[in-house]
Amino acid sequence: MTVAEQAPAQAAPMPPERGAEAPPHPLREFWSSFSANRGALGGLIVIIALVFIALLADKIAPHAPTDQFRDALLTPPAWQDGGSTRFLLGTDPVGRDILSRLIHGTRFSLMIGVVVVTLSLSVGVFLGMLAGYFRGIIDNLIMRVVDVMMALPSLLLALAVVAILGPGLVNAMLAIAIVVLPQYVRITRAAVMNEVSREYVTASRVSGAGVARLMFITILPNALAPLIVQATLGFSTAILDAAALGFLGLGAQPPTPEWGTMLADAREFIRRAWWVMTFPGVAILITVLAFNLMGDGLRDALDPRLKT
Amino acid sequence: MSAFIVRRLLLIIPTFIGVSLLAFTLIHLIPGDPIDLIAGERSVSDERRAALEIQFGLDKSLPEQYLVYMTNVLRGDLGQSIVTRTGVLGEFFARFPATIELSILAMLFAIVVGLPLGILAGVRRGSTVDHVTMGVALTGYSMPIFWWALLLIFLSSVTLGWTPVSGRISLLYFFDQVTGFMLIDALLSGQRGAFASALHHLVLPAIVLGTIPLAVIARMTRSAMIEVLSDDYIRTARAKGVSPFGVVGIHALRNALIPVVTVIGLQVGILLAGAILTETIFAWPGIGKWMVDSITRRDYPVIQGGILLIASTVILVNLTVDVLYGVINPRIRHAD
Repeated sequence: MTVAEQAPAQAAPMPPERGAEAPPHPLREFWSSFSANRGALGGLIVIIALVFIALLADKIAPHAPTDQFRDALLTPPAWQDGGSTRFLLGTDPVGRDILSRLIHGTRFSLMIGVVVVTLSLSVGVFLGMLAGYFRGIIDNLIMRVVDVMMALPSLLLALAVVAILGPGLVNAMLAIAIVVLPQYVRITRAAVMNEVSREYVTASRVSGAGVARLMFITILPNALAPLIVQATLGFSTAILDAAALGFLGLGAQPPTPEWGTMLADAREFIRRAWWVMTFPGVAILITVLAFNLMGDGLRDALDPRLKT
Repeated sequence: MSAFIVRRLLLIIPTFIGVSLLAFTLIHLIPGDPIDLIAGERSVSDERRAALEIQFGLDKSLPEQYLVYMTNVLRGDLGQSIVTRTGVLGEFFARFPATIELSILAMLFAIVVGLPLGILAGVRRGSTVDHVTMGVALTGYSMPIFWWALLLIFLSSVTLGWTPVSGRISLLYFFDQVTGFMLIDALLSGQRGAFASALHHLVLPAIVLGTIPLAVIARMTRSAMIEVLSDDYIRTARAKGVSPFGVVGIHALRNALIPVVTVIGLQVGILLAGAILTETIFAWPGIGKWMVDSITRRDYPVIQGGILLIASTVILVNLTVDVLYGVINPRIRHAD
């Protein structure tokens, strides 16, 4: 039996016989798979919109986020009795425009995501690479520390770190980056252990590649797919946890317009001013949902093995 | 089987030592002098400082201090709260039942709602039911639960007046705590309406705490179901003429439940993390609220002891889940 006869039975993954057409570029293939997922595409669009809102916050926001309009405390949203188009989503107990604070809050949430993911990803990949490549004592040491970190509920560990460093946005980001670190270590380690015995790695080694080159240039690109997925989902964890810390009064401090911090004393106004507690939560939910949708879509497109 | 259990038991020893090191180090990582922390805001005279250093063993070297600390921990002495001057272990056990009670109800809610939804979505893959269920599950999974709690309080307690806003039982009822579990104590007290009131207070916190586990269980059940349904033995069962209900309920579910059981077990850490927020919002006197209060009060011995106790709980539960998993699934037991 020739290859050409076999091809129809195997269908899709085989390139057409006689090399008439080149297989699609990997990026094009990825995009066609990703964009077929409507949820993932929706998530991506929301994220792009959020990035623009964050970049143009000063231009879009009708007021400054900390301006207090003493004549308009707890103004309801524009469509309610007593509302005014001056404050579309109403004002908070000290007369600040909620819409403007939400728009500026986008900056904080996205920045929290970027900082936490960058920190945890780079440190986590490095540690996971060491553990998976060298094995032995280094592996044991790193993985036992990871076990300890995984034994603590994430928010409790973050609280403990904040208890040591003191409350504040920077410390909260650091705390969350430490808390999510184990996931990246484990993913990288598993991927590296899977790749390290492959022939292309051996080939690279015998042709004289050094350890660092083998780790980061030869192996790492082949272990990227699950990391990209985890990093995307890591944005939502970071934003949620930072908001939770802000809500508990241990994250960003007032008057920072961080969404969780905005909810910190909203409970007191639950009876008189529903809008104070509603809109910041909607903002968090939409952002986190967008990253989760995109993460799910990326997983399906990048890593068919993980497909659910 | 016993070799498997022994191996798992041995593995938790380094983890436990690591957790104790973390808890021990905590008090030394905090900027400032431990004596000042222990003495609180008051200023301390030099003699008093020296006496305190000896009392707390701070004049010894760090390894010696750790040994002393560990000896005390193994004797059940986790130190005293700076604020209340009572033992940390006692405070923990006074609050732990409240958290367990809430967690059990939350988990029940998550399983009773999440499991059938996941099965339905998996069996009707690609249908509207599937899309809606998974959309709702992802939304639940993305929910900031402290906000979800506020929203439910607003809708159910403030607007509709259905549920109480906070606490474990109405102030009308007063009885001794026997077990620490309000539902059981209310029944034991024999007072009319006490049990209903306690249950009433549990509804909202349990829904809030159960939301994320519910979403995880529904998603996990769905994908396990889809995977199992494509197996050969299911086709065989269908070909043999087993009814659709029999295929799903008897043949598929048993195998699909294996990963789901693990996921349910692994939710314990998530539950305890969620309890920190849920208990704070509903003024629920459990260990989550206790930890948050201690952190705001900078009550370091409590934070230290609480971390050790909570981590130990998670380690033990994970161990139990692992062993149970080995019992259900022989493939795990015999793998290295």
